[in-house]
Amino acid sequence: MGAAAVTGVTPAVPEEERPLLRVRDLSVSYRAHGGEVRAVGGVDLDVRRGEVVALVGESGSGKSTTSHAIIRLLPDTGWIDAGTVHFGSRELTGLSERELRTVRGAEISLIPQDPGVCLNPVQRVGEQVAEVLRIHHLSTRRTVRADAIEILARAGFPDPATRARQYPHELSGGMRQRALIAIAIAAEPKLIIADEPTSALDVTVQRRILDHLQELTAQSGTAILLVTHDLGVAADRADRLVVMSQGRVVEAGPTREVLDDPRHAYTRRLLASAPSLHIAGARVSVAEVAAPVAEIPAQAAPVDEAVAAVTHLVKDFALPHTGGPQRAVRAVDDVSFTVRRGRTLALVGESGSGKSTSARLLLRLTEPSAGTIHFGGLDVTSLRGERLRQLRRRAQLIYQNPYASLDPRLSIGEVVSEPLRVFRVGDRAAQLARVRELLDRVALPSTVINRRPAELSGGQRQRVAIARALALRPELVVCDEPVSALDLSVQAQVLALLAELQNELGVAYLFISHDLAVVRQIAHEVAVMQAGRIVEQGGAEELFTNPTHEYTRELLAAIPGRGAGTTEGRVSGHAR
Amino acid sequence: MRRYVAGRLAQAVGVLWAAYTVSFFVLYYLPGDPVAAMFGGGADAATINPAQLDELRHRYGFDKPVIVQYFDYLGKALRGDFGNSVSSGRSVSSTLGHALPQTFALAGAALLLSVVLGGALAISASYTRRRWLRQALLSLPSLGASLPGFWVGLMLIELFSFRVEWFPAFGHGGLRGLVLPAVTLAVPGTALLAQILAKGLVAALDEPYVQTAQSKGASRWRIHLRHTLRNASLPALTVLGLIGGQLLANAVVVETVFAREGLGRITASAVSTQDIPLVQGVVVFGALVFVVLNLIIDLAYPLLDPRIIASPRAGRAIVGAGA
Repeated sequence: MGAAAVTGVTPAVPEEERPLLRVRDLSVSYRAHGGEVRAVGGVDLDVRRGEVVALVGESGSGKSTTSHAIIRLLPDTGWIDAGTVHFGSRELTGLSERELRTVRGAEISLIPQDPGVCLNPVQRVGEQVAEVLRIHHLSTRRTVRADAIEILARAGFPDPATRARQYPHELSGGMRQRALIAIAIAAEPKLIIADEPTSALDVTVQRRILDHLQELTAQSGTAILLVTHDLGVAADRADRLVVMSQGRVVEAGPTREVLDDPRHAYTRRLLASAPSLHIAGARVSVAEVAAPVAEIPAQAAPVDEAVAAVTHLVKDFALPHTGGPQRAVRAVDDVSFTVRRGRTLALVGESGSGKSTSARLLLRLTEPSAGTIHFGGLDVTSLRGERLRQLRRRAQLIYQNPYASLDPRLSIGEVVSEPLRVFRVGDRAAQLARVRELLDRVALPSTVINRRPAELSGGQRQRVAIARALALRPELVVCDEPVSALDLSVQAQVLALLAELQNELGVAYLFISHDLAVVRQIAHEVAVMQAGRIVEQGGAEELFTNPTHEYTRELLAAIPGRGAGTTEGRVSGHAR
Repeated sequence: MRRYVAGRLAQAVGVLWAAYTVSFFVLYYLPGDPVAAMFGGGADAATINPAQLDELRHRYGFDKPVIVQYFDYLGKALRGDFGNSVSSGRSVSSTLGHALPQTFALAGAALLLSVVLGGALAISASYTRRRWLRQALLSLPSLGASLPGFWVGLMLIELFSFRVEWFPAFGHGGLRGLVLPAVTLAVPGTALLAQILAKGLVAALDEPYVQTAQSKGASRWRIHLRHTLRNASLPALTVLGLIGGQLLANAVVVETVFAREGLGRITASAVSTQDIPLVQGVVVFGALVFVVLNLIIDLAYPLLDPRIIASPRAGRAIVGAGA
């Protein structure tokens, strides 16, 4: 098809020595706010057959744009300015849309970022896998279903024939990601671009899926371009690292070399802020800024004064009717814990372990099926009406996603002052003064007061959410995965801010997280949850150095990049 | 699912009952003296003497207490008896039943046209990559929605009946006679449907699953047919229920302009002659059509989107939380 146009550009190198993918001087721009923004400038990138190359960088570094530009899957507002993308013998930037469609899915496939939204919600999973085979005429009409089921089985689906008939919302996050992997491997492509393939998943699931993907591709000799912000994942998986910052490649080389001897300042910074790579250095930021944690509250009250406590909490959820007898899921099963003044208790577990539900029960946002909730020594299990509303003043919540938890139509000043207005604290002038003080506290310039959330970065938005949570001077703040949507370096800043505020204000945190590396930086005590139960509970140091429960050990072992921080090399990769 | 259907049916019956009750009190009770309202009014009042009025009151049962009248009439209505038209003397149900096929043919044709034309317009607007063409196509619906029905009808008659003489301007000329009124009646629905569907389709194109489909090598056409259309059609389906109800209301104008027999014409004349039983029959029938249409649509939601679960407690279909 386009062969004639391409031959002139192809370098005269024997087929087997030429890299599978050879990107040279690639530049991509977007149209934004009436102007043009260059997102990627002059990127060079090689991927050899069967190789795993990790493209690492923070959000906005251009790593996703680069990977999408390879198969020209850019949004309508973006285009390739310059550069070449050679794939095998073809030059992809010059192909017509029709020619490109024969490459996409068949020779280069994509595993997208968020398994929650990347599958068509109204189509059965089997059909979505079968579509690849249909488009590229790889099966006949009669065999396509069976072929799709076989591919699902290869992607690690238990009972694939049944699963193929399910819709995405009936699958767990891990299963959805496996479905996306099944789509990506369906046509046995030469290259898979994996764009943050597991960052939305729990660590243990993440590890299993990445292991599985690597196994599959090792068998078939498929190369992987792994796009990730997680240096730990990159260190575990990749043969070579390519580090991007602000649209440019700042460093590239074999994984070990880059990790052991980072040349560029940005790479060194990235390595320093990756919590999982130096898990041994406990509570880094907290230890620095909040060393006298025990001293400050001691002036006001005894350290171990309980702010809130739950005992023998149980929560059952009724399942929707499916014809049979009424069934229920026990989301929280006999859970007891105490949060103390000026201290941080972390609830750790994978999604579905009941940690968020436990916190919602504590805040009386959900009614418990059994058990009691005490707040400041008072039994609040069955408070109602105005007294319940007053309780809300004393306990606040910071959500995971700062992009969704701030009303886009309110100004930052209005967002922060809303709790004050709701509880009629002070007059307008006093409220304004309090908002300025709070913004100052969370280290935001007072100029943001009239801006909208959309104009702020993720880290800034989370600071706004923190300011809002502190507005009513609560005794307890529940932080539900407060940093998991943020970049690593921003994560470290927000964690340090939380620790500092606790230090100054003596506020207690109930810190919910799936990320043990993050928990280790901030928690005094840790409760590990699995399937609705607390399986292990204790002081953070002790639990991390001396885990007694099997599941805790499994969680610790699944943290990506654990081995990479030491000087022992990985077994795979270099052998090739 | 069975409980969901039962709940929706109960709700439908409730709506019908409410429509009946409100129309009864507004039409029979509020005027004070329905007989005077029906037979009096203006110069005619002199032609009927008080004794005749009393006789009429007794015949219609208006000398009984209101609550007794209400249950009398409700009992009859449940058996399909809405009384007799005051002006023609024929029973309301047979009058409506007689006009029904005409109006259903008209409304059905208009609904079909709305779906086909609106769908085609929305898909072409979403399919094209040319921004000017998309903008041009997307501006058509608001133009269509802003044109008054009677004016569209008159323009169509002027063009296609008088200038080129393709279609008859008046009456019931079989299928050919149906064309112009159906087109006129379809204009507002087409516009609304195209607007909603196009908006949904364009928004769906930005969804991540579309990128997944592109990465499989799917063509733009395939993406529209297999992926975005079904996802975008839910709001359009909701609107379709509203359009169905609107068609009956708009039929009043269209049937008048094109001089067609039908429910719309009956409604217009019943209102102008203050034929209360007939007006009430029309109101309750309109409510029935609306309720049935929306019941069908509610039951169709879960077929289109498996995430929608039938929940009897919520009273309507709700979207499941995902995982």
